[in-house]
Amino acid sequence: MPYIANTDQQRQKMLADIGLTMDDLFADIPDDLRIKDLKIPNGLSEQQLRSRFSALSGKNAIDLTLFLGGGFYDHFIPAAVSAITSRSEFYTAYTPYQPELSQGTLQAIYEYQSLICRLTNMEASNASMYDGGTAMYEAMMMALRITRRNKVIIGDSVNPIYRVMIHSYTRNLSIDLVETKNDNGSINRQSLIDSIDNDTGAVILQNPNFFGIIDDYTDIAEACHAKGALLIMSAYPISLGILKTPGEMGADIVTGEGQSLGLPMSFGGPYLGFMATRKKYARKLPGRIAGRTTDTTGKDGFVLTLQAREQHIRRDKATSNICSNEALCALNALVYSSLLGKQGLKEVAQLCADKACFAYEKLTAIPSVYPRFHAKPFYNEFVLDLPCDAADVVGRLIEKGYAAGFPLSRYYDGMENSMLIAVTEKRTKQEISMLAEALEAVL
Amino acid sequence: MKLIYDKSQPGRTGVNVSPSDVPTSIHLKDELLRSDDAKLPELSELDVVRHFTELARMNFGVDTNFYPLGSCTMKYNPKVTERVAAYPGFAHLHPLLPQLRLGGILTQGALEVLYEMDMLLREIAGMAEFTMQPMAGAHGELTGVMMMAAYHRDKGNEKKTILVPDSAHGTNPASAAIAGYTVSVVPSDDNGLMDINALKEMVNDEVAGLMLTSPNTLGLFNPHVKEICDIIHSVDGLAYYDGANLNAIIGKVRPGDIGFDIVHFNLHKTFATPHGGGGPGAGPVGVCEKLVDYLPVSIVVKRDDGTYALEYDRPKTIGYIAPFYGNFGIILRAYAYILTLGKVGLQRVSDNAVLNANYIKEKLKNYYDLPFPQVCKHECVFSAARQNKFGVHGLDIAKGLIDEGYHPPTMYFPLTVKEAMMIEPTETESKETIDAFIEAMIKIAKLAETEPEKLLAAPITTPIGRLDETKAAKQVDIASL
Repeated sequence: MPYIANTDQQRQKMLADIGLTMDDLFADIPDDLRIKDLKIPNGLSEQQLRSRFSALSGKNAIDLTLFLGGGFYDHFIPAAVSAITSRSEFYTAYTPYQPELSQGTLQAIYEYQSLICRLTNMEASNASMYDGGTAMYEAMMMALRITRRNKVIIGDSVNPIYRVMIHSYTRNLSIDLVETKNDNGSINRQSLIDSIDNDTGAVILQNPNFFGIIDDYTDIAEACHAKGALLIMSAYPISLGILKTPGEMGADIVTGEGQSLGLPMSFGGPYLGFMATRKKYARKLPGRIAGRTTDTTGKDGFVLTLQAREQHIRRDKATSNICSNEALCALNALVYSSLLGKQGLKEVAQLCADKACFAYEKLTAIPSVYPRFHAKPFYNEFVLDLPCDAADVVGRLIEKGYAAGFPLSRYYDGMENSMLIAVTEKRTKQEISMLAEALEAVL
Repeated sequence: MKLIYDKSQPGRTGVNVSPSDVPTSIHLKDELLRSDDAKLPELSELDVVRHFTELARMNFGVDTNFYPLGSCTMKYNPKVTERVAAYPGFAHLHPLLPQLRLGGILTQGALEVLYEMDMLLREIAGMAEFTMQPMAGAHGELTGVMMMAAYHRDKGNEKKTILVPDSAHGTNPASAAIAGYTVSVVPSDDNGLMDINALKEMVNDEVAGLMLTSPNTLGLFNPHVKEICDIIHSVDGLAYYDGANLNAIIGKVRPGDIGFDIVHFNLHKTFATPHGGGGPGAGPVGVCEKLVDYLPVSIVVKRDDGTYALEYDRPKTIGYIAPFYGNFGIILRAYAYILTLGKVGLQRVSDNAVLNANYIKEKLKNYYDLPFPQVCKHECVFSAARQNKFGVHGLDIAKGLIDEGYHPPTMYFPLTVKEAMMIEPTETESKETIDAFIEAMIKIAKLAETEPEKLLAAPITTPIGRLDETKAAKQVDIASL
């Protein structure tokens, strides 16, 4: 057993030293509760294990050309990212309860919080949440705590995966959750503004929205504030390299999925939920927060701060039950963003938009393929209407080596023939042109 | 150390972005664009690598130092599990693929891992079925409590309260509260175990369930735990097993056989996946037969033809608690760990974890107060009360240990012990390491009597001294904007 150091001799010596037997150590477990026969196979050697995992890994197809997004994207990841995150001083540490021996983790969290604020133009961020969906749910709960209200309005152009999560989380709570229908892919402004009343604690919107459409929610933020409600915006961090920020629009809480910041798709996790807010709401944030302070000699250092919000202090009165979050994923996002830097992020963000635009033109040039939403600015995703069932078409394209998009019928009525197509900076002109040929061929 | 943002040099970059091969044709209106560039640092790749390498060297991790942080199970994280989890067939797999027509065939390896992990955890826990979706232990707790609520709603039970012991982790009451329940605290008896008479008095028809860590946070296994489950069941309540301390009993006893209805396991504790400086973890939840209908969707099933598929058709499900299938990368590592250890390996985990903890307990009991002297499981809890009379507190002992090269135990928890020091050595540490730690603890106990000022001044070996936490909370500098 390579992971257990003590030899039989050492165990005997230790037991003799303390005057106990192995049986004594477990005497408090009643006999009738003991496991009689544990049906777990025998252990594998490292070589056997690696063969087994090679075989499993080989049963997953990763040679598809991906135009699949829906909030989770295939971006390029520089080699230096994993070189840093695989330093075991980072990944074998835990929550930095002892700041003197955790300055690496703590400063990285502080720098990550700064990164999220700089991307979104907000003033306070926590150390991370599990993913974009749980971050949105926690933001909603935070807004309701701040406003002491119980009505939430959420646009149906918010990622449907997150909307179903929020429905699940609120089933046992008395929260009035209202979904508003989109109008040609965007929010129906007047109807949304009219629905914000004095009971409304939060309005939840997304930019770019689930259909890829870009909007400016400044007017919605103003309408929220006029009624004492908060605007929660879900954002796609790469797009913030060029797009107007939630902070500039007047959002009160920003959340989102940080996977695009250098995390592999990894079949759905681990990912990174981020959350930022205005300074005045910092004390209402859920989760860990690192802060800068000084030591006894006046030297700058970092600690976990505002802990009186948290479960280990406040227990059932805490702002959230979260303990372990996604610290290593936050470090990953920080390293990725630091490597890209100011110019790199802008370039990647612009490339995504340009390539999506090129794909849009190529694909809508196919006879019988039409844009679903007309005259709408989009970022790196758009919706196409096909002449037949989109799920069928996607299936046929998989056989040709393309994950061509996500059929929308699963989440939207009347969109049986629609599919969402995502384009990142990784897709080449040639891949896009070949997708267009393949799509035309299967229609 | 300087912030990465303060090292920025205008014009420098750390990546080579591929040049564009398409026309720049997008014309977004200015009002849709940000007015200033995001203030990211401008650094070369070496600048970035050196910055983070320097930060890494300011950290203790399991690979650098003994890390006996109680209730966190800081065992060694095998390197091979890191390696296999990074195989391209897993890392580059888009989570929406299996939801596409014909896409399931392309993700059979990943679905098989999820399915097989469910099977292994069922056997280890003695439960009917698991969900892999919860992304941390506390997330598992919330998922479990949501299933409790669904069960009671379905049965027409009017339940309001969840019981937790006074020694519980903070996440238990927090999870129950955010799911909409009120929390009642069950006191401990003189032996540090749940007071069964008090429990009997507190149990009534409004009790939805009980959340229990076993062994508890004092490292003590309650021999009457089955009776506790029976008491909860007598009012149609549900018994929840918080698996934070599973490392003590893995391979010895199964929560399902005791009578628990819901369990969560922390894969980052018992199953050796890295703690990551505070996550990502994973907290799969298992349920007994009567609760399987409430599990979150999707669920991985094995079809008659031997292929794997996602199933969503569970009318009573609590719904979606995660975007996909949980922290898959963490589940992979834990699966690899279980396959490596096998049956015998798993049983030796608890043997050695418990032996190491009892060895420390016996060797230190003459130097520190030991409120509960009986045999412990995987962790032991001392009190620094004896050192208080020399003006030395638990915190000072912790800082003294840092200078000796050890990560301190969990301090001031559980709340039921004054000046608590909760030590969990885990099975992966050797007698030599533990003997050296014991010596350091004895040295500190003696220092507390003879030269307490040395402990009050500790740590002196770290890049930074004790930090002003009051200032941090008052001045609130949490981002460089």
